Amino acid sequence: MSETVRVIGDTLPGADFNAPLLEVDDLRVEFRVRGQRIPAVRGASFTLEQGRTLAVVGESGSGKSVTSQAIMGILDTPPATITGGAVRLHGVDLLEQSEETRREVRGNHIAIVFQDALSALNPLWSVGFQIGELFRVHRGTSRKDAKLKAVELLDQVGIPDAKNRVGDYPHQFSGGMRQRVMIAMALALDPEVLIADEPTTALDVTVQAQIMRLLKRIQAERNMGLILITHDLGVVADVADEVAVMYAGEVVERAGIRDAFKRPAHPYTKALLRAIPRVDTVGQELEVIRGLPPNPAKLPGGCPFHPRCFAAEDKCATEVPPWIEPAEFHGSRCHFAEEVYTDER
Amino acid sequence: MSELTAPVPTTERQASLWSDAFRTMRRRPDVIIATLVLLLVFAMAAFPRLFTDKDPTQCLGREARLRPDTWFTGDHPLGTDAFGCDFAATLVHGTRPTIALALSVIVASVVIGLVLGIYAGYYGGWLDSVISRALDVFVVIPMLMGAILILSLFRGRVSTESLVETIAAPAIALTLFGWMEFCRYTRAATLETKNLDYVIAAKCLGASDRRIMFKHILPNAIVPVTAVVPTTIGGIIVTESALAVLGIGVQPPATSWGVLLSDGTEWAGGGYVYLFAWPLGLLILTVFAFATFGDALRDALDPKLR
Amino acid sequence: MNAELGQADTGTDPVLEAKDLVKHFPIQRGIVVKRTVGHVQAVDGVDLKLHPGRTLGVVGESGCGKSTLAKLLVGLETPTSGSIKLEGREIGNLSARRMRPFRRDVQLVFQDPYTSLNPRLTVGDIVGEPFEIHPEAVPKRGRAGEVKELLDMVGLSPDHINRYPHQFSGGQRQRIGIARALALRPKVLVCDEPVSALDVSIQGQVINLLQRLQDELGLAYVFIAHDLSVVRHIADEVAVMYLGKVVERGTGPEIYDHPRHPYTQALLSAVPVPDPDLRGHREEIVLQGDVPSPIDPPSGCRFRTRCWKATDRCAEEVPSLAVGDRGTHPTACFYAEERDVTHAVK
Repeated sequence: MSETVRVIGDTLPGADFNAPLLEVDDLRVEFRVRGQRIPAVRGASFTLEQGRTLAVVGESGSGKSVTSQAIMGILDTPPATITGGAVRLHGVDLLEQSEETRREVRGNHIAIVFQDALSALNPLWSVGFQIGELFRVHRGTSRKDAKLKAVELLDQVGIPDAKNRVGDYPHQFSGGMRQRVMIAMALALDPEVLIADEPTTALDVTVQAQIMRLLKRIQAERNMGLILITHDLGVVADVADEVAVMYAGEVVERAGIRDAFKRPAHPYTKALLRAIPRVDTVGQELEVIRGLPPNPAKLPGGCPFHPRCFAAEDKCATEVPPWIEPAEFHGSRCHFAEEVYTDER
Repeated sequence: MSELTAPVPTTERQASLWSDAFRTMRRRPDVIIATLVLLLVFAMAAFPRLFTDKDPTQCLGREARLRPDTWFTGDHPLGTDAFGCDFAATLVHGTRPTIALALSVIVASVVIGLVLGIYAGYYGGWLDSVISRALDVFVVIPMLMGAILILSLFRGRVSTESLVETIAAPAIALTLFGWMEFCRYTRAATLETKNLDYVIAAKCLGASDRRIMFKHILPNAIVPVTAVVPTTIGGIIVTESALAVLGIGVQPPATSWGVLLSDGTEWAGGGYVYLFAWPLGLLILTVFAFATFGDALRDALDPKLR
Repeated sequence: MNAELGQADTGTDPVLEAKDLVKHFPIQRGIVVKRTVGHVQAVDGVDLKLHPGRTLGVVGESGCGKSTLAKLLVGLETPTSGSIKLEGREIGNLSARRMRPFRRDVQLVFQDPYTSLNPRLTVGDIVGEPFEIHPEAVPKRGRAGEVKELLDMVGLSPDHINRYPHQFSGGQRQRIGIARALALRPKVLVCDEPVSALDVSIQGQVINLLQRLQDELGLAYVFIAHDLSVVRHIADEVAVMYLGKVVERGTGPEIYDHPRHPYTQALLSAVPVPDPDLRGHREEIVLQGDVPSPIDPPSGCRFRTRCWKATDRCAEEVPSLAVGDRGTHPTACFYAEERDVTHAVK
């Protein structure tokens, strides 16, 4: 532990270990395209503690991936610009740090696993070299030791015969194995926060189960904080401790896992849960959310969800809803959060 | 009732590739200048009478090699050539064969390239092998050298008054060595498009191969092909001139810029620089305009550069 | 014995029937002289029967041959052997020209709404294209009206006829694709992962549309998907495929509540359930390794390399669908045994 503290102190001056592990506070990101400012994230707030799993749920265009890129500091700027908010790691606002410090933070403190492992790995180098490179660059490990570490990591993420596969190239691995290699790379520098951005979307169900099990095991072993970005509510229910639901660039609901699924306090969450086909829907019409996700360049006024909402009233179209907490650790950005929570709506 | 017609997103982000490209190009000053040059050249080819009232075939021996002493005024604004013909008229009337040749070569090359490319890409197999091998053979022979070889066979023929007969031989020679690039682009675009779902959807509906090729695949090949057309036209004009200088392109007494350039070289050393400089200047300006236009078009049509 | 799907409703004749359908793709090496070095056994002996107004779900993971099966059924690929009958007439081995009249009756709905519509054509041209290919279907004067009617039918405004695909969202594009497939009034729609590219809130809209169209038009669906809960929702019967073979098939409850094949059980247990209360309370079978290559599939039972029940017999004998039936439903396993992993989807 003391060693960890020293390393963190080295790379992250001012770190306060009583502060939450990772705190995203009212994060705002805009895209500037052809003179137009398009909001992608309009106030994302959540907190991640050590050893916990936070699922960020949302549909395409909800801003969940942009949020993760902003946390990592790998946003494509321009066109993207962070226009407000803070991302605090151990109380230190990363957005205020120099690019050099952020580079140190990436990998050492926060690491990311992408959906598409094939394009995230360099096809020209063996996987062993790519993992070893992290040790050589960040830790100054010798070439030989770096390779040994790579083998160790590949073994940890369940790649059979890691010793002999360390020299293989990304294309020689199957989709599931490639995702394991990606996870190994992310874990190489022992980060405290792992962001998994749709890690299993491109995989088959049985392989998805393997990867999720691996992520859970590794998280428990290393007591990491895990941010799981996904659209699959099944996966969320299976692994997450807390849920943040994003819609049109903002977190509309935040709750513990049980509360989020059993007593959602935002109509969007509620409708999303109802839209999943279940045993008792066989042969019936599915309940759907009407309409389409909004165009971020032309968001509806008031609550952006109101045109699709089953509980909307006149004021939803004009007044931006406040953050209401109908229960402890359970908040929702809805005028009628209380009623939705108690199922009166 | 949960079905509904959801409102269409009102974004008109991309009107279409072509109008977008047009808008991008319209804003570039170099493109505007190039366009004006090309319009002038095309106008000269189409309506030579607008630029000169002289007949280039009416030549008086005693008026040979009159230097233009006052620019753009007098009887012979650009002087006269070695045979006493009005040089301005000769230059203007020489534009038509040059441009006609370039356009017919480009049209024929594009058509041949598109058809061969699309058939090779779509059907694959032995047809693709044959076409691709032929392409390889023609690609390794430079256009100029191939044209020299072919035109040497026609040497000694006498050209007549008819425009077609004037340019036929060089046009055939240049086309023969000019279609490969278009074929290659088309074949690549066809290979890329033919397995897309919308092509498969057309197959499912029972569409004939020809319909699929020309309605669904061809429009995708047109873009990369169009992007190289202007630059290629410039190249053809240069090659034509080179052939004329070598004496195997357009044959005198018919004129083209190449023929004028060839004649001009004989007198330039003797102090009649204008006989050489005017066709050369016009040639360079035109080729440059085509190249600029082509460059801008390629950029505008490449979505990755935007 | 309930050996074939659709046996339950013998009242009607099947609209589409496949028997022992096989598709092997040769792998060739060499530039001048091509020699075949092996075969991808994409589909290897599949039987199915589809009745009007019914939905057959086909589930399986990538490489199981479900997409090839779809291409065979719509006539995009010719089977290596076996037969496909459309209303009793053999169409599996017809030439492209003679196949043409039958194309109308079986249409395909694609997975990716972004590549399945030609970006350079208007919606009117796309939905109207079937009429240009089959001019006898609708007289020229009536086509515009017909196209508008089709758009209306799939829940799009007929005014959108002059718009281009990029002006629509994914769900709307999928509707356009469905309208095109319906233009020639087919009897069968083969839907290849029709909702897997869509957001959850849009998936439901498209599924409801497909169900409504089935009721209105009496369509039969072959619904291919990897999402087991979607298939369960829409399908009357389900076939589970693994490496080119159907390993188990039956009605929805038979497959989901009483799965008998180890692979079906593993597949069902791997699907995460959107209910946090079930975490840790349901049986999880995590399969080891990946699906073997279809070029050189395992001998005997193809699942044996990942199966926890495999014995020597599985490597030597190929289990037929009948072998594990024992009076319930067809299961290609010597050791077929019901196992309750189904509270996973309850």
